[in-house]
Amino acid sequence: MFNYYLQLGLISLRRNPVLTALMVLGIALGIAATMTSLTLLHVMGGDPIPWKSDKLHYVQLDNWDPNQPYDQEGNPPDQVSYRDAQALMEAGKADKQAAMFKVAYPIQPENPEVKPFLALGRATYGDFFAMFEPPFQYGGGWDHAQDAQHGRVVVLSKESNEKLFGGQDSVGKKVRMNEIDYTIVGVLDYWKPRIKYYDLTNGTLNDPEEFYVPYTTVIENKSNASGNNSCWRNSEPGWEGYLASECIWQQFWVQLDSPARVAEYKSFQENYVNEQKKLGRFPRPMNNRLYNVTEWLENQKVVPKDVEVQVGLSFAFLLVCLVNTIGLLLAKFMRKTGEIGLRRALGASKPQLFSQYIIESGVIGVSGGVFGLLLTLVGLWMVRLLYESYANVARLDWAMIATTIALAIVAAVLAGLYPTWRACQVAPAAQLKTQ
Amino acid sequence: MLKMSHLSKVYRTHMVETHALRDFSIVVREGEFVAVTGPSGSGKTTFLNIAGLLEDFSGGEYTLDGVDVHGMSDDQRSRLRNEKIGFIFQSFNLIPDLNLFDNVDVPLRYRRFPAAERKRRIDEALTRVGLASRMKHYPAELSGGQQQRVAIARALAGSPKLLMADEPTGNLDSLMARGVMELLEEINRQGTTIIMVTHDPELAARAQRNVHIIDGQVTDFEEEPRLRGEGLGARDQGRNAEVVA
Repeated sequence: MFNYYLQLGLISLRRNPVLTALMVLGIALGIAATMTSLTLLHVMGGDPIPWKSDKLHYVQLDNWDPNQPYDQEGNPPDQVSYRDAQALMEAGKADKQAAMFKVAYPIQPENPEVKPFLALGRATYGDFFAMFEPPFQYGGGWDHAQDAQHGRVVVLSKESNEKLFGGQDSVGKKVRMNEIDYTIVGVLDYWKPRIKYYDLTNGTLNDPEEFYVPYTTVIENKSNASGNNSCWRNSEPGWEGYLASECIWQQFWVQLDSPARVAEYKSFQENYVNEQKKLGRFPRPMNNRLYNVTEWLENQKVVPKDVEVQVGLSFAFLLVCLVNTIGLLLAKFMRKTGEIGLRRALGASKPQLFSQYIIESGVIGVSGGVFGLLLTLVGLWMVRLLYESYANVARLDWAMIATTIALAIVAAVLAGLYPTWRACQVAPAAQLKTQ
Repeated sequence: MLKMSHLSKVYRTHMVETHALRDFSIVVREGEFVAVTGPSGSGKTTFLNIAGLLEDFSGGEYTLDGVDVHGMSDDQRSRLRNEKIGFIFQSFNLIPDLNLFDNVDVPLRYRRFPAAERKRRIDEALTRVGLASRMKHYPAELSGGQQQRVAIARALAGSPKLLMADEPTGNLDSLMARGVMELLEEINRQGTTIIMVTHDPELAARAQRNVHIIDGQVTDFEEEPRLRGEGLGARDQGRNAEVVA
C-alpha cells in the first residue's frame, strides 16, 4: 500500500501546484536556515578524529603566576613552556608524544621560476604523524633517530609540493628553508581537518601547515616560534634565557592507548609537578589537565556561542514554518473531505486513510528537503562569502545531507499529524451527498 | 441479506433530539431490487447510511448477510463494507485526479487484492458497463451517464452482495437515466441485491418492491414482489422484501 499512497500523494501535490509550492517553500526555508547553522555546529563541534579522539590527550600544567590564575575560569595555561615540553618528551611516559609549535620560514625554491615565499610550518616530533594520521602521498614521517640527531628533514604538504615540484614525488630532494637545506622525507596527501584541533591556540579554523620539521632541529637553529607566546614574568636575556623561562608557547600531545595508561599519565603529571615545586617552580596549587580531543575542543569553546544561538533561532524559524505548513495542509486536507468520505465508504479504514495522508505529508517533506538542501548550499556559500575564516567549515558532508532530508521529512510528517488526524475524523455519510 | 428490527437513530445536539428513524424494521432478501421512497427528510438517506455501515444506529438490531453489526469496531465495519457493499451515489463521486481504471481500483486496493486480480476485476467491471476502451480517461472527459456507469463499475468490481444506490439517476437526463436503470436491472438479474433510494415514482415502479418511509418509519410496503417486465419472470419470485413486525 505504501507505493499506492505515494502515488496518490504525488497526484495530490500536482493537483494544486501553488499550494504545494508554498508548503514546499515553507519547509525548505525552515530546513535551510536550520541546516546552515547546524552544519556550522556539526563541523565545529564534531569529533575531528573519531577513531582515536579518546586516546589523544592534550597536556596542561599550571606554571602560572602565583598571584593570579591564568584565566577567570581557573584553567591552567593552554600551552606549556619549553622546559616542561622537554622534560615530558625526555620522560617519554606516553605511548606516543609530540611537543610542537608553529614556525614561519622563508622557502627558497631551486626552481628559478618559483619565487621565494614565506611558509607556515610546524616544528614537532616524528610521533606527530602516527598520532594525528595525516595521509601521505609520498614517503612518510621521520623517526625517533632523526628527532635525536636533529635531522634536517622535512615533510611537505601536498600544496607545497605542487608549488615547489609540480606535484611530483620529491622524496629525497632538498628544499632550502631559512637558509638551511632540508631533505624531503615525505609529502602529505590532501589533509585539511576542518578544525585544527592539534593547535587551537593559533587559529581554530586555520589551514594545516605547509611543512613539518623536527622540533629538535628548529630549537638547535634557534628559530623563534611564530605562534602565540605568553609570559607571566620576564625571562632572562638571550635564546637560552627564553628556553629556560616560564613563557608558554608550545603544545604538548600524548597518545595513551588505554584508560589505565591515562591514569598512569595523570599520576606522572602530578609527580612531575611535585618535583618541580621542590625546585621552586609551579607556585600555584596543583592544577594539571589531561583532556582528550573532544574534551579539549569543548574546553576551548571551539563552537562560538553565537553559532549555538543561531541554531536556536533557526529552529524557532523552522517551527514558524511548520505552523504555516500545518495551516496549509489543514486547508488542503479539509478541501478533500468529499474524497475522504468516499474512500471511507469504499472500505478505507481510518488507519489506512491516516497512512495515506501522512505519506502525502512525507512527500511534501522530501520535496522540501531537496529544495531545502539547495537553499542550505546557498546559505553556506553566503556564510563562506561573509566570513572568510569559515571557508573550511561551512560545507555539507554526507551526514548533514542525510540529516537535512530526514529533518525535512520528520518536520513535514509532524506538520501533517494534526491535519491528517482531522481528515480522518470526517464522517463519510455527511460528505457523500454534498460532493 | 439485510434485516433491521426496531431500529432507531437519534441525532442529539445540546438543544434538541431529532429522531431520524424510529422503530424501523425491514427485511431485504438476497437478490431483491428494493426501491426506497419518501419525501425529503423522511429518513431515506439515514436508512441507507446505516444499512451501508456509514453511520451507527442508536437502538435496535441490524444484521447484514448474517453478521450482527451492533458493536462492531470502525475497522471491522470498514472491512465488512468493503467486502459486502457497493455504493452508487447521485453525484457519482468519482475522484477527478484518477483515471477510470484507478477510480474503479479504489475499493480493490483496500481489499488488498494482488495486482493481477485487481486488473482482471477492473477490466471485467468496465467491460460490463461498456467503458473498457476508456479506462485511461479521466472523469471530466465523460458524460454524466458514463460517469455513473464508472461508479457502477467501481461498485461492482469488488463483487458485492449488496448494491446501495442513492438517487442514482438524480443528476442524469431521462435518456441517460434509462440506460443506468437498465444496467442496474441487469446487475440485479445476475443476482446482486439492490437497495435504491429514489424520489422518482417511475423508477420506483421499475423496482421489484417499494418501501415508503415517512418521518423515519416505514409507512407502506408491498408484501409480494410485483412482476417487472420479462426479466423478473426469470427470477425466483419467492425472494422478496418485507417489513417485519
